Amino acid sequence: MKIIPFHRLVALLLTVPALAALGGCANPSLVRVHPWERATLTDYTMRPERDPLATAMGEHIYFSRESASGGRGVGGNGCGCN
Amino acid sequence: MSYPKKIWAGLLSFGTMLSCLRAEMKAGEVFPALSEVGPASPATAGKITLVDFWASWCAPCKESFPAYAQLQTDYAARGLIIVAVSVDENPDAFARFVKKMHPAFTVWRDEDHRLVQRVNVPAMPTCYLLGRDGRVRFVHQGFHGAQTDRQIRQEIDLLLAEKLSAAP
Repeated sequence: MKIIPFHRLVALLLTVPALAALGGCANPSLVRVHPWERATLTDYTMRPERDPLATAMGEHIYFSRESASGGRGVGGNGCGCN
Repeated sequence: MSYPKKIWAGLLSFGTMLSCLRAEMKAGEVFPALSEVGPASPATAGKITLVDFWASWCAPCKESFPAYAQLQTDYAARGLIIVAVSVDENPDAFARFVKKMHPAFTVWRDEDHRLVQRVNVPAMPTCYLLGRDGRVRFVHQGFHGAQTDRQIRQEIDLLLAEKLSAAP
């Protein structure tokens, strides 16, 4: 059996955790919020338009500044089904 | 093959295995035995089973329950079993939903998310139609009202028409 030189062994020991870490970041199944974990995200308090007055005021400021309105709506309700 | 090459080959295999981990369940695969997770599993052997994953916070799930209740009424006598698996973390929310909807079919709560993780459900709700052999035959992501209902009914009719021996 061929003995691995010390510097290669060190490189290997550093590379393996680095690859494992990068692999974890690259794998969507490890980093995304799963569909069954979205209870908190669908809560009423997570809605950006939960306060109609604040929404209207924000929209007025946006219109006054940008001379444009709307176009900020998105489909879906957090269920992952739309 | 030299020793370092063997190590790299092993690492590559491990990486490939990790990337394949938790693949979504597709048609043709064997669905996990419901008896492993359910407190009182209905006898599904030789029957068509519809397994629905739902949650009380999911609006389309609420819409799907009356449709499944009607499916239960129409097809239960012909051999359809409906099992609705809740992924609710909050047991009170689950209980309130069940009390409000009064489902006529089996309802469970997958409290430790064991089944939903094994199946790797891609969206809420998702329903799996299993053939008589326990294999997944059709998968429906989301519930789109009459369209989904019509599709499920066509698929149930197809599965009911198959004999046990003819099932793939």
